[in-house]
Amino acid sequence: MTTIFGISVPALMGQLLIGLINGSFYALLSLGLAVIFGLLNIINFTHGAQYMLGAFVAWFLLNKLGLGYWWALLLVPLALAAFGMAIERFMLKHLYKLDHLYGLLLTFGLALIVEGIFTNQFGSAGLPYSIPEKLGGGYNLGFMFLPAYRAWVIVASLAICFGTWFVIERTKLGSYLRAATENPPLVQAFGVNVPRMITLTYGFGVGLAGLAGVFAAPIYQVSPQMGSSLIIVVFAVVVIGGMGSIMGSILTGFGLGIIEGLTKYFYPEASSTVIFVIMAIVLMVRPQGLFGQR
Amino acid sequence: MAVDAKRAPDEEPTLASRDELWEARYHRNGFIVLFAILVVLPAAIYPVFLMKALCFALFACAFNLLIGYGGLLSFGHAMFLGMAGYLSAHAAKVWGFTPELAILTGTATATLLGVVAGFIAIRRQGIYFAMITLALAQMVFFFCLQAPFTGGEDGIQAVPRGKLFGLLPLSHSLAMYYTVLAIFAGGFFLIHRIVHSPFGQVLKAIRDNEPRAISLGYRTERYKLAAFVMSAGLAGLAGATKAIVFQLASLTDVHWGMSGEVVLMTLVGGLGTVFGPVVGAFVLVAMESYLSELGAWVTISQGAIFVVCVLAFRRGIVGELEAWLRRRRKR
Amino acid sequence: MRFELKLLAAIPATALAAGAAQAQISGNEVKIGVLSDMSSLYADIGGPGSLSAAKMAVEDFQKAHHPKFKIEVVGGDHLNKPDVGSQIARKWYDEEGVDAIVDVPNSGVALAISQITREKNKAFLASGPGTSDLTGSKCSPNTIHWVYDTWMLANGTGTAVVKQGGDSWFFITADYAFGHALERDTSNAVKKAGGKVLGDVKVPLNTQDFSSFLLQAQASKAKIIGLANAGGDTINSIKQASEFGITKAGQKMAGLLVFLSDIHGIGLEKAQGLVLTGNFYWDLNDKTRAWSKRWSTQNNGRMPTMVHAGVYSSVLEYLNAVAAINSDDGGKVIAQMKKKPFDDPLFGKSHVREDGRNIHDAYLFQVKSPSESKGPYDYYKVLATIPGEEAFRPLKDGGCSLVK
Repeated sequence: MTTIFGISVPALMGQLLIGLINGSFYALLSLGLAVIFGLLNIINFTHGAQYMLGAFVAWFLLNKLGLGYWWALLLVPLALAAFGMAIERFMLKHLYKLDHLYGLLLTFGLALIVEGIFTNQFGSAGLPYSIPEKLGGGYNLGFMFLPAYRAWVIVASLAICFGTWFVIERTKLGSYLRAATENPPLVQAFGVNVPRMITLTYGFGVGLAGLAGVFAAPIYQVSPQMGSSLIIVVFAVVVIGGMGSIMGSILTGFGLGIIEGLTKYFYPEASSTVIFVIMAIVLMVRPQGLFGQR
Repeated sequence: MAVDAKRAPDEEPTLASRDELWEARYHRNGFIVLFAILVVLPAAIYPVFLMKALCFALFACAFNLLIGYGGLLSFGHAMFLGMAGYLSAHAAKVWGFTPELAILTGTATATLLGVVAGFIAIRRQGIYFAMITLALAQMVFFFCLQAPFTGGEDGIQAVPRGKLFGLLPLSHSLAMYYTVLAIFAGGFFLIHRIVHSPFGQVLKAIRDNEPRAISLGYRTERYKLAAFVMSAGLAGLAGATKAIVFQLASLTDVHWGMSGEVVLMTLVGGLGTVFGPVVGAFVLVAMESYLSELGAWVTISQGAIFVVCVLAFRRGIVGELEAWLRRRRKR
Repeated sequence: MRFELKLLAAIPATALAAGAAQAQISGNEVKIGVLSDMSSLYADIGGPGSLSAAKMAVEDFQKAHHPKFKIEVVGGDHLNKPDVGSQIARKWYDEEGVDAIVDVPNSGVALAISQITREKNKAFLASGPGTSDLTGSKCSPNTIHWVYDTWMLANGTGTAVVKQGGDSWFFITADYAFGHALERDTSNAVKKAGGKVLGDVKVPLNTQDFSSFLLQAQASKAKIIGLANAGGDTINSIKQASEFGITKAGQKMAGLLVFLSDIHGIGLEKAQGLVLTGNFYWDLNDKTRAWSKRWSTQNNGRMPTMVHAGVYSSVLEYLNAVAAINSDDGGKVIAQMKKKPFDDPLFGKSHVREDGRNIHDAYLFQVKSPSESKGPYDYYKVLATIPGEEAFRPLKDGGCSLVK
């Protein structure tokens, strides 16, 4: 066993890898928030609840309809996107003329409702959801045992994050989106249906949250509270990254996951606060966030 | 949040041409009615409930100072309420302070925390400000959870109410009630004075148009920080008093759920109105106390109230009432 | 819910004692308040199930004794907030004539209730909370701690597991007062029994991902990984230990605060092999089976936790004491309950110590594997019985002021 500065390298590698897994959840969720924020200028407080809903819908599909994990991967984001679009159409749409903070308050209220209903129905112990058979087992990497499912989560979320980045930054559709962020009336004048684009974007962001929920279901307990504590950390991730770029939120998500993972090894007591401390420091040095533009 | 400026577009332009004299009279009459009711109320309603409602009313008023007049939505105000509660409870129980000194200790702690948190948070505005305060409050929550003196999940229990100024025993519930009422009244008038002082006028100017205030030569950052610290201190006063009333300090008061509740109280009562937060606090505390058998439905209905308020009822109870009074006067 | 007096069948048993001092039961009614978490974290452990357990006890008492006084049961939700809990308790005692509060599955709320109960001289039968301070530094002549406490869980699991060969430990501890106390008590027990503690890791509450800590536990090569945490934290650590193949590789998990409902939420596939301590399991003997089946029909087919059983047995014993002295004076009833040992229908031979600790046997359980389990809720097998005298903290170690 090799060591650097008295720390065993294999253990360190293990922690880094685990940090990367958590980072992929941060990245997926902050990506969704960033996409929504970019076009709607709304911080989606319901994001945590929507992530939780994603996990619960996956559980329903399995236990009530007999549709397994792979179906959930396809159907849950669609269901959540539909749910999100309904919220946008019937509620958020009426708030665009007002201060953006009203959007925050509305989505906060929605989060309370959704979490309250699920707590009422399912208690707090939560529900079990098994790892899909094909992804059971794992690889012995020498320095650690990597469950196959976790490897899948890293690969899949990397693919989704960069796919999203590609669509928004490198395609024509993405260029409309970015243009609409800058100047909606102008884009509307070019014949693009901006309201519909906004609805679809919100649906897409919520779908991403639902997808993260499906990824999480086999690892974490499917419980009504699973989203609420996570979302505050994701907010801090978003503040650190700044809402400037899609790539920014992806990199910040993964990066902070790794930093948190290392903290868990060196000073576990601080692992829940390290991200907030980093946030405070970043705000002192660079108030607009690492990737944000003034 | 530019509450006045960006209120529902259908509103008549009465706000701009508001009659200062009428408003002063309305406020004065409001004060008289409010305090007359509060003085006799313990004869009819359970005093412990009233004390809790008053503490939250002061908390909401402090919060309203920041959002209603400073335009800053803090989603982390629980950190001041809870931290002050812990320090006040600790001072009274472990250090043996008299209640007024314990409350002062708590308030001072919250004020200091306000300086630190404010210094970080006012670097961003709007939604960012809300998220930053939330994150800072979460950090304080974890601190309180892990620090040994707070007793973790058990909290600080069996805090003595002691004797006010070493004379008046507060174990009697009416003595406690009138002490709380006096503290509330003090805080309430202080906020009223702040809002109507030149400082308050500058604050409102910043809220409505910050670049303009900057160009007029005001160092807006300082004004915002000052407002944040005052709001934190007053929220701390509420938390410190609450710890003495209930003889305990617990994690509930530093949890982010509490930060959400105070937003809701202020929103329901009416953002930026003088009496709104008081009314909102009484409504919310009554809901929690008298509907507690309903369990999770309390959370659900709180969420529903949020949604309804934001979509259809942005002026809140008192805001709607004031608008109605103004319309009637116009006729 | 109101349980009407059955006048027709007022029969000697209690009538004997009744006649002379009837006026001592205020309003000729005994009112019991079930204060619990009805909706969130601990609702599965206590909650509505506790309410129905209390009502069952009242029914059974009325059937057996036909008392002359009325009995009423009310429920309340403390939302896990000490201020809400104490506000309800004060109101119940001051304005609604409640004589005793039962359950309260949250240590913070329970300590507040114990203090108020003492102030108002009522009775508090705590079957929900864990903190052993209730019968230690914060003991009260008006409180009985009925079922488990943290010392018992820590000591029982620590000692019994070492005896079974699990002599090296690594702790995953929730980083707050409760977790620290659990770890401290357990490691003392482990060392006393001849085992050793190889290390620990303090984890912030509500951490979602335990894999990092589990890897550290694995690297320690300890035979036993002790989980000094509760609720969602315990569930997630057990679930992820199975995912990372830690239990398969030979290390065992010991849960220090695990309830039947938690195991139900995790599923046997992942929880199998876990060892834990408890005072009650539905499938212990004929009496527990019969009672649990009855409870189950009123609670959607779930099976009771030890807290539910504790609510039933404490209410029953409380009513017996009230009838015996024909008074609902909190201090006197509690004193009466401490007088002599009794045969508890669910917990067996029991007696209440002067510090308010109810003493009965505890058990070391192991979670069955899916193939051993015959059906839903067939989860535990008994590894060892820990006699009451050894199960709880010795009287002199608690630091209770009531002990002379």
